[in-house]
Amino acid sequence: MTVQARLGTPHPSLVSAVLDAHEEHHDDGSTTTLGFWIYLMSDCVLFAAVFASFAVLRDQTAGGPSARELFSLPYVAVETGCLLVSSFTYGMAMIAAERHKQTAVLAWLGVTLLLGLSFMGLELHEFGELIAEGAGPDRSAFLSAFFTLVGTHGLHVASGMVWMVVLIAHVLRRGLTADNLTRLTCLSLFWHFLDIVWIGVFTIVYLMGVA
Amino acid sequence: MDGSHAYAPAHGAPAHHDGGGHGSVGSYMVGFALSVLLTAIPFGLVMSGAMPAATVVPICVGLGIVQIVVHLVYFLHMNSSSSRSWNMAAFVFTVIIVAILVVGSLWVMNHLNGNMMPGVMPD
Repeated sequence: MTVQARLGTPHPSLVSAVLDAHEEHHDDGSTTTLGFWIYLMSDCVLFAAVFASFAVLRDQTAGGPSARELFSLPYVAVETGCLLVSSFTYGMAMIAAERHKQTAVLAWLGVTLLLGLSFMGLELHEFGELIAEGAGPDRSAFLSAFFTLVGTHGLHVASGMVWMVVLIAHVLRRGLTADNLTRLTCLSLFWHFLDIVWIGVFTIVYLMGVA
Repeated sequence: MDGSHAYAPAHGAPAHHDGGGHGSVGSYMVGFALSVLLTAIPFGLVMSGAMPAATVVPICVGLGIVQIVVHLVYFLHMNSSSSRSWNMAAFVFTVIIVAILVVGSLWVMNHLNGNMMPGVMPD
Protein backbone atom coordinates (compact mmCIF):
# COMPACT_ATOMS: atom_id res chain seq x y z
CA MET A 1 0.00 0.00 0.00
CA THR A 2 2.91 2.38 0.67
CA VAL A 3 4.22 1.68 -2.83
CA GLN A 4 0.85 2.56 -4.23
CA ALA A 5 0.71 5.78 -2.21
CA ARG A 6 4.16 6.95 -3.27
CA LEU A 7 3.83 6.24 -6.97
CA GLY A 8 0.42 7.83 -7.31
CA THR A 9 -0.97 5.71 -10.15
CA PRO A 10 0.09 2.13 -9.71
CA HIS A 11 0.47 -0.35 -12.52
CA PRO A 12 -2.76 -2.36 -12.92
CA SER A 13 -0.96 -5.63 -12.28
CA LEU A 14 0.33 -4.27 -8.99
CA VAL A 15 -3.21 -3.39 -7.93
CA SER A 16 -4.45 -6.85 -8.76
CA ALA A 17 -1.47 -8.38 -6.96
CA VAL A 18 -2.25 -6.38 -3.85
CA LEU A 19 -5.93 -7.28 -4.08
CA ASP A 20 -5.08 -10.95 -4.58
CA ALA A 21 -2.78 -10.91 -1.59
CA HIS A 22 -5.57 -9.30 0.41
CA GLU A 23 -8.10 -11.91 -0.70
CA GLU A 24 -5.70 -14.72 0.11
CA HIS A 25 -5.13 -13.30 3.55
CA HIS A 26 -8.81 -12.79 4.15
CA ASP A 27 -9.57 -16.33 3.07
CA ASP A 28 -7.39 -17.75 5.81
CA GLY A 29 -9.58 -16.25 8.53
CA SER A 30 -6.91 -16.65 11.19
CA THR A 31 -6.68 -12.91 11.84
CA THR A 32 -10.42 -12.77 12.41
CA THR A 33 -10.20 -15.72 14.78
CA LEU A 34 -7.32 -14.17 16.70
CA GLY A 35 -9.24 -10.89 16.94
CA PHE A 36 -12.24 -12.74 18.26
CA TRP A 37 -10.01 -14.54 20.76
CA ILE A 38 -8.79 -11.15 22.04
CA TYR A 39 -12.43 -10.12 22.49
CA LEU A 40 -13.06 -13.31 24.48
CA MET A 41 -10.11 -12.53 26.71
CA SER A 42 -11.55 -9.07 27.44
CA ASP A 43 -14.86 -10.78 28.19
CA CYS A 44 -12.92 -12.97 30.66
CA VAL A 45 -11.86 -9.82 32.49
CA LEU A 46 -15.49 -8.65 32.56
CA PHE A 47 -16.57 -11.95 34.09
CA ALA A 48 -13.64 -11.83 36.53
CA ALA A 49 -14.93 -8.48 37.83
CA VAL A 50 -18.43 -9.88 38.28
CA PHE A 51 -17.07 -13.06 39.91
CA ALA A 52 -14.95 -10.94 42.28
CA SER A 53 -18.02 -8.88 43.27
CA PHE A 54 -19.96 -12.05 43.91
CA ALA A 55 -17.14 -13.60 45.95
CA VAL A 56 -16.94 -10.46 48.10
CA LEU A 57 -20.72 -10.20 48.61
CA ARG A 58 -21.70 -13.86 48.92
CA ASP A 59 -22.18 -13.74 52.70
CA GLN A 60 -23.95 -10.38 52.78
CA THR A 61 -27.48 -11.77 52.91
CA ALA A 62 -28.93 -8.84 54.94
CA GLY A 63 -30.99 -11.29 57.00
CA GLY A 64 -32.49 -12.74 53.81
CA PRO A 65 -32.20 -16.28 52.44
CA SER A 66 -28.73 -17.75 51.93
CA ALA A 67 -27.43 -19.87 49.07
CA ARG A 68 -28.06 -23.06 51.02
CA GLU A 69 -31.73 -22.26 51.46
CA LEU A 70 -32.29 -21.16 47.88
CA PHE A 71 -30.43 -23.42 45.49
CA SER A 72 -31.32 -26.92 44.38
CA LEU A 73 -28.24 -28.80 43.19
CA PRO A 74 -30.06 -31.47 41.12
CA TYR A 75 -31.69 -28.61 39.16
CA VAL A 76 -28.30 -26.96 38.59
CA ALA A 77 -26.84 -30.32 37.56
CA VAL A 78 -29.44 -30.53 34.76
CA GLU A 79 -28.60 -26.98 33.61
CA THR A 80 -24.90 -27.90 33.65
CA GLY A 81 -25.65 -31.05 31.65
CA CYS A 82 -27.50 -29.06 28.96
CA LEU A 83 -24.60 -26.67 28.52
CA LEU A 84 -21.93 -29.37 28.59
CA VAL A 85 -23.71 -31.55 26.02
CA SER A 86 -24.29 -28.46 23.85
CA SER A 87 -20.53 -27.79 23.88
CA PHE A 88 -19.99 -31.34 22.62
CA THR A 89 -22.67 -31.07 19.92
CA TYR A 90 -21.17 -27.78 18.73
CA GLY A 91 -17.83 -29.58 18.49
CA MET A 92 -19.52 -32.19 16.28
CA ALA A 93 -20.89 -29.37 14.11
CA MET A 94 -17.34 -28.01 13.67
CA ILE A 95 -16.02 -31.44 12.68
CA ALA A 96 -18.86 -31.83 10.16
CA ALA A 97 -18.05 -28.32 8.85
CA GLU A 98 -14.42 -29.28 8.31
CA ARG A 99 -15.58 -32.28 6.29
CA HIS A 100 -18.01 -30.06 4.31
CA LYS A 101 -21.09 -32.00 5.36
CA GLN A 102 -23.61 -29.20 5.32
CA THR A 103 -26.66 -31.21 6.43
CA ALA A 104 -24.75 -32.60 9.41
CA VAL A 105 -23.57 -29.08 10.34
CA LEU A 106 -27.14 -27.79 10.30
CA ALA A 107 -28.40 -30.78 12.28
CA TRP A 108 -25.74 -30.43 14.99
CA LEU A 109 -26.30 -26.66 15.18
CA GLY A 110 -30.02 -27.34 15.60
CA VAL A 111 -29.35 -29.77 18.47
CA THR A 112 -26.98 -27.24 20.07
CA LEU A 113 -29.62 -24.53 19.76
CA LEU A 114 -32.26 -26.74 21.43
CA LEU A 115 -29.88 -27.51 24.32
CA GLY A 116 -29.12 -23.79 24.67
CA LEU A 117 -32.86 -23.06 24.72
CA SER A 118 -33.39 -25.70 27.42
CA PHE A 119 -30.61 -24.12 29.48
CA MET A 120 -32.14 -20.65 29.11
CA GLY A 121 -35.61 -22.00 29.95
CA LEU A 122 -34.29 -23.66 33.12
CA GLU A 123 -32.41 -20.55 34.15
CA LEU A 124 -35.32 -18.18 33.55
CA HIS A 125 -37.60 -20.55 35.48
CA GLU A 126 -35.12 -20.52 38.38
CA PHE A 127 -34.97 -16.71 38.32
CA GLY A 128 -38.78 -16.57 38.26
CA GLU A 129 -39.07 -18.89 41.26
CA LEU A 130 -36.50 -16.89 43.24
CA ILE A 131 -38.25 -13.60 42.54
CA ALA A 132 -41.64 -15.14 43.42
CA GLU A 133 -40.19 -16.31 46.75
CA GLY A 134 -39.14 -12.75 47.52
CA ALA A 135 -35.49 -13.54 46.80
CA GLY A 136 -35.10 -11.14 43.88
CA PRO A 137 -32.02 -9.05 43.15
CA ASP A 138 -33.36 -6.31 45.46
CA ARG A 139 -33.40 -8.55 48.55
CA SER A 140 -29.71 -8.50 49.53
CA ALA A 141 -26.24 -7.75 48.23
CA PHE A 142 -25.71 -11.49 47.84
CA LEU A 143 -28.75 -11.81 45.59
CA SER A 144 -27.86 -8.68 43.60
CA ALA A 145 -24.43 -10.19 42.91
CA PHE A 146 -26.00 -13.57 42.11
CA PHE A 147 -28.43 -12.14 39.56
CA THR A 148 -25.69 -9.99 38.03
CA LEU A 149 -23.28 -12.89 37.61
CA VAL A 150 -25.71 -15.57 36.46
CA GLY A 151 -27.69 -13.02 34.44
CA THR A 152 -24.57 -11.80 32.61
CA HIS A 153 -23.75 -15.37 31.69
CA GLY A 154 -27.36 -15.95 30.62
CA LEU A 155 -27.29 -12.86 28.39
CA HIS A 156 -24.14 -14.18 26.74
CA VAL A 157 -25.80 -17.55 26.10
CA ALA A 158 -28.86 -15.76 24.67
CA SER A 159 -26.69 -13.69 22.29
CA GLY A 160 -24.82 -16.87 21.32
CA MET A 161 -28.14 -18.43 20.34
CA VAL A 162 -29.19 -15.40 18.27
CA TRP A 163 -25.80 -15.64 16.54
CA MET A 164 -26.36 -19.35 15.95
CA VAL A 165 -29.73 -18.72 14.28
CA VAL A 166 -28.08 -16.10 12.04
CA LEU A 167 -25.31 -18.54 11.14
CA ILE A 168 -27.80 -21.30 10.33
CA ALA A 169 -29.43 -18.83 7.91
CA HIS A 170 -25.99 -17.98 6.45
CA VAL A 171 -25.14 -21.65 5.90
CA LEU A 172 -28.54 -22.39 4.41
CA ARG A 173 -28.13 -19.49 2.01
CA ARG A 174 -24.50 -19.74 0.90
CA GLY A 175 -23.29 -23.09 2.12
CA LEU A 176 -20.03 -23.78 3.92
CA THR A 177 -17.97 -20.99 2.35
CA ALA A 178 -14.67 -19.80 3.77
CA ASP A 179 -16.37 -16.82 5.43
CA ASN A 180 -19.03 -19.01 6.98
CA LEU A 181 -16.39 -21.42 8.30
CA THR A 182 -14.57 -18.54 9.97
CA ARG A 183 -17.87 -17.40 11.50
CA LEU A 184 -18.62 -20.91 12.73
CA THR A 185 -15.12 -21.07 14.28
CA CYS A 186 -15.66 -17.78 16.12
CA LEU A 187 -19.02 -18.93 17.47
CA SER A 188 -17.44 -22.22 18.55
CA LEU A 189 -14.86 -20.29 20.58
CA PHE A 190 -17.66 -18.20 22.09
CA TRP A 191 -19.84 -21.19 22.93
CA HIS A 192 -17.04 -23.22 24.54
CA PHE A 193 -15.95 -20.09 26.42
CA LEU A 194 -19.43 -19.74 27.91
CA ASP A 195 -19.28 -23.34 29.07
CA ILE A 196 -15.96 -22.57 30.80
CA VAL A 197 -17.51 -19.55 32.53
CA TRP A 198 -20.36 -21.82 33.65
CA ILE A 199 -17.82 -24.13 35.35
CA GLY A 200 -16.86 -21.11 37.48
CA VAL A 201 -20.53 -20.32 38.13
CA PHE A 202 -21.58 -23.79 39.27
CA THR A 203 -18.44 -24.22 41.39
CA ILE A 204 -18.38 -20.82 43.09
CA VAL A 205 -22.07 -19.91 43.23
CA TYR A 206 -23.87 -23.21 43.62
CA LEU A 207 -21.46 -25.84 44.99
CA MET A 208 -19.58 -23.51 47.34
CA GLY A 209 -22.87 -21.86 48.33
CA VAL A 210 -24.53 -25.12 49.31
CA ALA A 211 -21.46 -26.90 50.75
CA MET B 1 -14.36 -15.38 -4.46
CA ASP B 2 -16.79 -18.25 -4.81
CA GLY B 3 -17.08 -21.03 -2.32
CA SER B 4 -15.82 -23.87 -4.45
CA HIS B 5 -12.60 -22.06 -5.31
CA ALA B 6 -12.08 -21.00 -1.71
CA TYR B 7 -12.32 -24.57 -0.61
CA ALA B 8 -10.37 -26.33 -3.30
CA PRO B 9 -7.05 -26.25 -1.42
CA ALA B 10 -8.63 -27.47 1.80
CA HIS B 11 -9.06 -31.04 0.58
CA GLY B 12 -6.12 -33.18 1.48
CA ALA B 13 -4.14 -30.21 2.75
CA PRO B 14 -3.72 -30.55 6.49
CA ALA B 15 -1.87 -27.24 6.58
CA HIS B 16 -5.14 -25.42 5.91
CA HIS B 17 -6.68 -24.06 9.04
CA ASP B 18 -8.52 -20.94 10.07
CA GLY B 19 -6.92 -20.63 13.45
CA GLY B 20 -9.41 -22.97 15.08
CA GLY B 21 -7.36 -26.14 14.74
CA HIS B 22 -10.35 -28.42 15.30
CA GLY B 23 -9.95 -31.74 16.99
CA SER B 24 -11.23 -35.14 16.00
CA VAL B 25 -14.41 -36.87 17.18
CA GLY B 26 -12.21 -38.92 19.48
CA SER B 27 -10.67 -35.93 21.22
CA TYR B 28 -14.11 -34.36 21.72
CA MET B 29 -15.31 -37.67 23.21
CA VAL B 30 -12.35 -37.77 25.61
CA GLY B 31 -12.92 -34.13 26.60
CA PHE B 32 -16.63 -34.73 27.08
CA ALA B 33 -16.10 -37.87 29.19
CA LEU B 34 -13.55 -36.10 31.39
CA SER B 35 -15.88 -33.11 31.80
CA VAL B 36 -18.82 -35.31 32.82
CA LEU B 37 -16.60 -37.01 35.40
CA LEU B 38 -15.17 -33.73 36.69
CA THR B 39 -18.70 -32.30 37.01
CA ALA B 40 -20.28 -35.39 38.59
CA ILE B 41 -17.64 -35.78 41.33
CA PRO B 42 -18.04 -32.33 42.95
CA PHE B 43 -21.85 -32.40 42.59
CA GLY B 44 -21.91 -35.88 44.18
CA LEU B 45 -19.61 -34.83 47.02
CA VAL B 46 -21.64 -31.73 47.89
CA MET B 47 -25.04 -33.42 47.51
CA SER B 48 -24.05 -36.38 49.68
CA GLY B 49 -22.95 -33.98 52.41
CA ALA B 50 -20.44 -36.60 53.53
CA MET B 51 -17.62 -34.12 54.01
CA PRO B 52 -17.45 -30.85 55.94
CA ALA B 53 -17.45 -27.64 53.88
CA ALA B 54 -13.82 -26.93 54.76
CA THR B 55 -12.77 -30.15 52.96
CA VAL B 56 -15.22 -30.20 50.07
CA VAL B 57 -14.75 -26.56 48.95
CA PRO B 58 -11.02 -26.87 48.09
CA ILE B 59 -11.79 -30.15 46.27
CA CYS B 60 -14.54 -28.46 44.21
CA VAL B 61 -12.29 -25.53 43.32
CA GLY B 62 -9.44 -27.88 42.36
CA LEU B 63 -11.69 -30.03 40.17
CA GLY B 64 -13.19 -26.89 38.62
CA ILE B 65 -9.74 -25.68 37.60
CA VAL B 66 -8.89 -29.10 36.17
CA GLN B 67 -12.14 -29.07 34.19
CA ILE B 68 -11.37 -25.60 32.81
CA VAL B 69 -8.01 -26.92 31.59
CA VAL B 70 -9.76 -29.96 30.04
CA HIS B 71 -12.14 -27.64 28.18
CA LEU B 72 -9.29 -25.41 26.99
CA VAL B 73 -7.33 -28.36 25.64
CA TYR B 74 -10.08 -30.60 24.22
CA PHE B 75 -12.76 -28.08 23.18
CA LEU B 76 -10.82 -24.87 22.51
CA HIS B 77 -7.76 -26.80 21.25
CA MET B 78 -5.24 -24.64 23.02
CA ASN B 79 -1.68 -25.81 22.66
CA SER B 80 1.79 -24.39 22.56
CA SER B 81 2.29 -24.59 18.78
CA SER B 82 4.04 -21.53 17.35
CA SER B 83 1.19 -20.67 14.94
CA ARG B 84 -1.00 -19.91 17.92
CA SER B 85 1.50 -18.18 20.16
CA TRP B 86 -0.49 -14.91 20.11
CA ASN B 87 -3.55 -16.73 21.37
CA MET B 88 -1.45 -18.17 24.17
CA ALA B 89 0.18 -14.81 24.99
CA ALA B 90 -3.22 -13.10 25.24
CA PHE B 91 -4.50 -15.98 27.34
CA VAL B 92 -1.59 -15.91 29.81
CA PHE B 93 -1.97 -12.13 30.14
CA THR B 94 -5.69 -12.55 30.85
CA VAL B 95 -5.10 -15.24 33.46
CA ILE B 96 -2.73 -12.88 35.29
CA ILE B 97 -5.23 -9.98 35.18
CA VAL B 98 -8.07 -12.25 36.33
CA ALA B 99 -5.96 -13.58 39.20
CA ILE B 100 -4.99 -10.08 40.36
CA LEU B 101 -8.61 -8.90 40.10
CA VAL B 102 -10.20 -11.82 41.96
CA VAL B 103 -7.51 -12.57 44.56
CA GLY B 104 -6.87 -8.86 45.15
CA SER B 105 -10.59 -8.06 45.66
CA LEU B 106 -11.02 -10.92 48.12
CA TRP B 107 -7.85 -10.03 50.00
CA VAL B 108 -8.68 -6.33 50.36
CA MET B 109 -12.33 -6.87 51.23
CA ASN B 110 -11.56 -9.55 53.81
CA HIS B 111 -9.13 -7.20 55.51
CA LEU B 112 -11.81 -4.51 55.52
CA ASN B 113 -14.30 -6.95 57.06
CA GLY B 114 -11.72 -7.80 59.71
CA ASN B 115 -11.38 -4.12 60.59
CA MET B 116 -15.13 -3.54 60.75
CA MET B 117 -15.78 -5.44 63.99
CA PRO B 118 -18.67 -3.81 65.89
CA GLY B 119 -16.45 -2.72 68.77
CA VAL B 120 -14.13 -0.79 66.47
CA MET B 121 -16.90 1.16 64.78
CA PRO B 122 -17.13 4.78 65.95
CA ASP B 123 -20.59 5.60 67.28
